[in-house]
Amino acid sequence: MAAAPPEDSPLHQFVIQPLVPIHIGNVDLSFTNSSLFMVVAATLVTLFLTLGMRGENLVPGRFQSMAEMSYEFVAGMVRDNVGSAGRKYFPFVFTLFMFVLFGNLLGLLPYSFTFTSHIAVTAALALVVIVGVTVVGIAKHGLHFLSFFVPKGVPAALLPLMIPIEVISYLSRPVSLSIRLFANMMAGHTMLKVFAGFVVLLGFLGGWAPLAMDVALTAFELLVAFLQAYVFTVLTCIYLNDAIHLH
Amino acid sequence: MTKKDEPPSLNDLDARLRRARQREADENPSAGPVRPRLSGFGLAFRVGIELVAATAVGVGIGLLVDRWLGTKPWGMALFFVLGSGAGVLNVYRAVSGIGSAVGYRSTRQDETDQD
Repeated sequence: MAAAPPEDSPLHQFVIQPLVPIHIGNVDLSFTNSSLFMVVAATLVTLFLTLGMRGENLVPGRFQSMAEMSYEFVAGMVRDNVGSAGRKYFPFVFTLFMFVLFGNLLGLLPYSFTFTSHIAVTAALALVVIVGVTVVGIAKHGLHFLSFFVPKGVPAALLPLMIPIEVISYLSRPVSLSIRLFANMMAGHTMLKVFAGFVVLLGFLGGWAPLAMDVALTAFELLVAFLQAYVFTVLTCIYLNDAIHLH
Repeated sequence: MTKKDEPPSLNDLDARLRRARQREADENPSAGPVRPRLSGFGLAFRVGIELVAATAVGVGIGLLVDRWLGTKPWGMALFFVLGSGAGVLNVYRAVSGIGSAVGYRSTRQDETDQD
């Protein structure tokens, strides 16, 4: 059997293609399809919120209702997980949630690109979260923040062992945060493409079964898109809570 | 339409809502964070990632230490063990609902009792 052309690979959808090549020195700063969809997502979020709230009706219409629901949803999340001290950080958390959510949802459209399926993107987001949260913690508690890494109720003899473990546990947060989002998105989209490939291979007679599977998977991916945006944001809130309240 | 039938003014409604919210917040200040309830698959996924991530971070630190101090295999071996420990700790916290808090002290009173 001849090797399939690269366009047929289920992984072809993740290839980064430069649209506007920009090279500064040895650094490749090209505007890629990934960048394009990030710009699209940011624009859509802005349009969704500004156009939705344009009327500011007391009885909201459809779009205003959706815009208000997303606001209430994230506001509730921040309130439940961080408390009133987290109100200051609401704009950041809300932006993060909408950006990840729209990135996930945009990726479900045919011919689109899912930028959240790239660890470079999710790791950058996770690093912003962790560095930001750490800065908040240090700004709020000063050196007392380091007591974060000293577990309570542990005998002093075990501290040389426990403190490195706690530090590694803290450092593994951005890793697990970014891997969770990217792995979920990549696995789901690969699976969609694999089953879509079966539809073509099995033809008109046998292709219906994988097609039905793809329909079901698309619905599942919609759920995953919401759930992963939610999990990413809720973990951000929990980390923020840890930094603000220190246990 | 008489004056009595007019809906109460919005400012009044706003003030009443604010009072009610304040009262609710005063009555149960430590309602406790609501953790996402994950399905079995989601939980398995999360546990797996926590375990692998912490171990990978440990090994990474070990390799850097080796490169810095020239203690070829020992740093990696030591930090692999520490990383695995951190991974198990993360999994324990994720599963027992203490969330991702570093340290054993929990924000919730009922959980501190279990430690």
